[in-house]
Amino acid sequence: MESAIVSGLQGLLLGLTNLGTGHVIMILIGSLLLYLGIGKGYEPLLLLPIGFGAILVNIPLAGLMEKDGVLRFFYDTGVLTEVFPLLIFIGIGAMTDLQPLMENPKIILLGAAGQFGIFLTLLLALALGFDKLEAVAVGIIGACDGPTAIYVSSKFAPHLLGAVSVAAYSYMSLVPLIQPPIMKWLTTEKEKKIMMGIVKQPVSKTTKIIFPVVVTVAASIIAPLGTPLIGMVMLGNLMKESGVVERLKLAAENDITNIVTLLLGLCIGATMEAKQFLQPQTLMVLALGLIAIGLDTAMGVLFGKLMCLLSGGKINPLIGAAGISAFPMSARVVQAEGQKYNKKSYLLMHAMSANAGGQIGSVIAAAVMLSVLKGMGIVG
Amino acid sequence: MDTWTFGWTLALIGMGGTMLVLWCLSLLVLLLKKIFPYRPEQSASQKG
Repeated sequence: MESAIVSGLQGLLLGLTNLGTGHVIMILIGSLLLYLGIGKGYEPLLLLPIGFGAILVNIPLAGLMEKDGVLRFFYDTGVLTEVFPLLIFIGIGAMTDLQPLMENPKIILLGAAGQFGIFLTLLLALALGFDKLEAVAVGIIGACDGPTAIYVSSKFAPHLLGAVSVAAYSYMSLVPLIQPPIMKWLTTEKEKKIMMGIVKQPVSKTTKIIFPVVVTVAASIIAPLGTPLIGMVMLGNLMKESGVVERLKLAAENDITNIVTLLLGLCIGATMEAKQFLQPQTLMVLALGLIAIGLDTAMGVLFGKLMCLLSGGKINPLIGAAGISAFPMSARVVQAEGQKYNKKSYLLMHAMSANAGGQIGSVIAAAVMLSVLKGMGIVG
Repeated sequence: MDTWTFGWTLALIGMGGTMLVLWCLSLLVLLLKKIFPYRPEQSASQKG
């Protein structure tokens, strides 16, 4: 009887005796993510479940990511199969208004330049010793688009999923701090003050309905491996623009996105086990992620300067910074910065066009990347 | 394929390909707008 009581009490102490320094550090990191989400309001929809998932998975002997563990089930079902990010893409498509882009289509090119950071960061990652597919996963943080980053990293470097996702979502929320200094350094006083005229080219409903179908077919033919990404975003957008499936649209942008965001966040947190996350590589991923978003901004602004030159000074290069996918935060940053230098300058609508271009651009960049990798024989 | 050949190929084709696809999309938007131009009465009938 006595020994049974002692054994029972020992069972209660098992968690404590197995608690290592790594677990404690990860629980603190999980708590920090909770603080950033709850206390600071940085991407709370993602950082709250990620932070909690990171805490759960670092409780010794809880086994949530072991075979038959609940988080392992969600991870295998939703992340490894890429279903979760794809479902979120339908919601994003349903929430995205592409009208500003269609009103001023040449601005879409800024959405391409705003993705160049992906590829430049990939080169930096290779230089730092990451292997080829890891470098792809690190570079994709520059898409500034959480679901795209999750989709690509879960496909090619699942062991980096936690670090890549945390970097992508954290830096997206820090766009108002990251972008302004780069915009300031790369443009002259004269360029900053350029006033852009109002572009008012209304778009017919038919064009808005046909556009997602045309984008899906055209972009998927060029980059077939990106069809799941492009297809899901455009399906969501078609549901929005058609106006005939209001229930599906509402479900996609609310219920489905909310449920999947919760499960996806938990799964990302669940990849942050101490022995996997507490590596020098994680710090390098976080640093490269920051560089990626900086490079995106720089390339967008530089391309804006080129467009300014070619248009005879009619385009304010600051709107190039909105060529990233952080919508609409980046457009608001451009508007605020423009107003600092010229109170009469209203860049918001132009920046929104570039920002919508960035949203499509990030998906297209990932699609192009996947297809090039397939063409090079790096992936099957 | 060595690392740098891989990196530069992916970077150059990736950037060029992304730019090319988005440029094609901008042309498609212009084409769609030409084929299906906006008519003010369209919005009026939608409201009515």
